[in-house]
Amino acid sequence: MSVKDRVIAIIAEQAVLEPSDVTMESTLEDLGIDSLGLVESIFAIEEEFDISVPFNANEPEKSDFDISSVASIVAGIEALIAEQKK
Amino acid sequence: MKRVVITGAGTINALGRDVPETLEAMREGRCGISGLEFRDVERLAIRIGGQIKGYEPESSFNRQQMSLYDRFTQFALLAARQAVAQSGLDFTGALADCSGVVLGTSGGGLTTQDENYRSVYEEGKNRVHPFVVPKLMNNAAASHVSMEMNLRGPTFTVATACASSNHAMGLAYHMVRGGSCSVMLTGGSESMLCFGGVKAWEGLRVMSRDACRPFSANRNGMVQGEGAGVYVFEEYEHAKARGAEILAEVVGFAMTSDASDIVMPSKQGAARAITGALRDGGINASEVGYINAHGTGTAANDKTECAAVADALGGQADRVMISSTKAMHGHCIGGTGAIELLACIMALRDGIIAPTIGYEEPDPECALDVVPNEAREADVSVVLSNAFAFGGLNAVLALRRA
Repeated sequence: MSVKDRVIAIIAEQAVLEPSDVTMESTLEDLGIDSLGLVESIFAIEEEFDISVPFNANEPEKSDFDISSVASIVAGIEALIAEQKK
Repeated sequence: MKRVVITGAGTINALGRDVPETLEAMREGRCGISGLEFRDVERLAIRIGGQIKGYEPESSFNRQQMSLYDRFTQFALLAARQAVAQSGLDFTGALADCSGVVLGTSGGGLTTQDENYRSVYEEGKNRVHPFVVPKLMNNAAASHVSMEMNLRGPTFTVATACASSNHAMGLAYHMVRGGSCSVMLTGGSESMLCFGGVKAWEGLRVMSRDACRPFSANRNGMVQGEGAGVYVFEEYEHAKARGAEILAEVVGFAMTSDASDIVMPSKQGAARAITGALRDGGINASEVGYINAHGTGTAANDKTECAAVADALGGQADRVMISSTKAMHGHCIGGTGAIELLACIMALRDGIIAPTIGYEEPDPECALDVVPNEAREADVSVVLSNAFAFGGLNAVLALRRA
């Protein structure tokens, strides 16, 4: 499975949706994922890829990690994997 | 001052998944103590407890709830659902705003702490699930009950070790009696039966390896249990106006501190709590028919408790029945007083006194009628529930037949 498919699977599980219902354009709000769901998703992503995601729930907009859409999350994770798995 | 009545009760413990199952087990003098089942139990010297076996949280909670609810929170919610259902109350509008939750617990989310300490210390993991804090905090159960039932008034947790539930119920009683709340959900919950929880108790050398035998000369310690008891405490006129079934009336409460030793109980502190509850309820010692004892099955508690009862009730102590149900469900620590209040309600409503099972040899230092081994029928109108905690903190409730 690609990084994209694995991330979508995690987000879909959190949103209690089928992976096919999660598009790259979806926002977490569209998917009904609240702030607790977000930190739980980030935890699941860290576990899945064994990476550390720089995300502070106090100031999500200032984090280096962009959570504005599924596409931005996937791109961010691909970058983190490349950086942390050198 | 308002009168306070109980209009709903719920429980889950080693004897039963609800009140009817638990009362049936108490009537039959059934023992819910069995071999403990959890990870690393083979590293413990103490391997028995009043553990709730065959428990399937998935049948009551969805996946998202399970990720947020420690076992002690689950128990509290299950008991609260039963209690509210029995009361027939629906918390909306003004009633929701003046109703709250006071629950006792000692360890809070101890299982969550244990699992996550194991993961970071023993297994060397550097990442924990984001809900560890909201799961383990001691007020998690009270908060989730408040959220699920829409109780928007005073809501908090009381932690006074083994007296937590009695302190919680006493405070709920005060709040309804004083008029600041119409309804309070109250009681307590505990789930300490995990490796770290039992290992800590083992260290104190007060646990029995084979059985809990309160008041028996050959008693050799306490046995831990787990579970929850939750009640609906309601202002009497409010309950009467809606035609609610009244299970019992709460008529007195007192709390004292021994102010002497962190673990050894004091006769004076316990006796002052008993006489305080009688005075608070305007109760004559001759009216008391049954006392649900703290009765832990330790050498120190049982003889001190019997001496305190004898002091507080004077000549009436020889007539009163006193039993400890801990030999059946185990010592449920911060939830124990709430589970034991069921025996008090059974005595008042059904005229059945729960026995002290496991009783084998009379102890001259516990020379009261401890209702050994078999339940008894009796007509009682006033009962007391004793709780005497580590830390020297005592809390006694008095209930009267409705």
